[in-house]
Amino acid sequence: MKYLSGVVTLHLNAGACVGCGVCAEVCPRGVLAIAHGTVVINDRDLCIECGACAKNCAYGAIGVKAGVGCAAAQNAVAADRHPKPKGAADRTP
Amino acid sequence: MKYAVAPGIYAVGAPTADSPVFVSANYAMSFNLLRRHVHGIDGWILVIDTNGINVWCAAGKGTFGTRELMGRIMAVRLDTIVTHRVIIVPQLGAPGIQSHVVRKATGFSILFGPVRARDIPAFLAAGRTATRAMRTVSFSLVERLELTPLEVIPALRLFAIAAVILAVFCGIQPQGIIFKEALLGAGPFMLLGLAALVSGSILTPLLLPFIPFRAFSMKGWLMGLVVTLPLLRPLFGDPAGAILPMSLSALFFPALSSYLAFNFTGCTTYTSISGVKYELKIALPVYISVAAVSVLLLIGYQCLRWGLL
Repeated sequence: MKYLSGVVTLHLNAGACVGCGVCAEVCPRGVLAIAHGTVVINDRDLCIECGACAKNCAYGAIGVKAGVGCAAAQNAVAADRHPKPKGAADRTP
Repeated sequence: MKYAVAPGIYAVGAPTADSPVFVSANYAMSFNLLRRHVHGIDGWILVIDTNGINVWCAAGKGTFGTRELMGRIMAVRLDTIVTHRVIIVPQLGAPGIQSHVVRKATGFSILFGPVRARDIPAFLAAGRTATRAMRTVSFSLVERLELTPLEVIPALRLFAIAAVILAVFCGIQPQGIIFKEALLGAGPFMLLGLAALVSGSILTPLLLPFIPFRAFSMKGWLMGLVVTLPLLRPLFGDPAGAILPMSLSALFFPALSSYLAFNFTGCTTYTSISGVKYELKIALPVYISVAAVSVLLLIGYQCLRWGLL
């Protein structure tokens, strides 16, 4: 099963990759693989942004804004948050 | 905290200094599942403190995390219990654990084991390697069914409150609150509300892979339409005399089903936070507008029943 297409924040910094394969191993969705000694994305729409790959990459070759994909949690966060000035909203690292 | 296990080190069978170390959360179910599946294997279980939450949820919140694991390894003095320097952490703990940091700080290497505890014997037998299937999360029909009560029970509670308010509103007559009027007015809406609950919180999760659209709000809305529309004529009779309650129902109940289905995203194993945010940005204004229009239509319908229009 796949969720929405083209929305996830997973990105690679392939230049930093040493091809150790830890990311591909920890991914619970089979999103990542090692091909020709470097990390590649099999299917980014499978990504659930759990953050396991980025957290376990010792070389900073993967980035993702991790969190839990849960509408109830999002509603709670939205209700909790103070209103932000426009433009100061989402900043991607 | 009655579902919690005391953090620390536990023995399974008769472990020695060479036996494998499995890491688990201090949620009783996680711990018991692991214990059951390593039955017959001599080993150690290192239970870390996740406030009684399962491995995956705790990893997502960071409580099944690097700092807690390192602290627990030190606290139980794991280096004096085993002579090897490997710990087996469940794969779904990886979102919370930085393996290279743990190795540097404690000397223990992390070997990520399979997602499901029941695959551990096969994992050990295969020289501590997990197949792709062992590393991948599933979301089968049975797993989806097991999770439906999580959404159904809170929804039923809200339904009970809404039903009482609606019945009182529909029962109000010049002579006071009339039971028969309450039942006649609110009854069809209550039935449709229950149908929307079944559609959004049970049918949509169960039929998930077979319903068109990827967005949960769309899946839930479609299922809501499928359930609501065939009920309109039996409940309200000839459309010519019941345009108002029928259009109100066709507008509101599929949207309610959509909202309930969207809430199921938190129970799934394949949604992302970016996807949920995207969907919420579009769906929330729609839900609010539908609710507002529905209230106006309901007031209009009640005015008709009072003979004011």
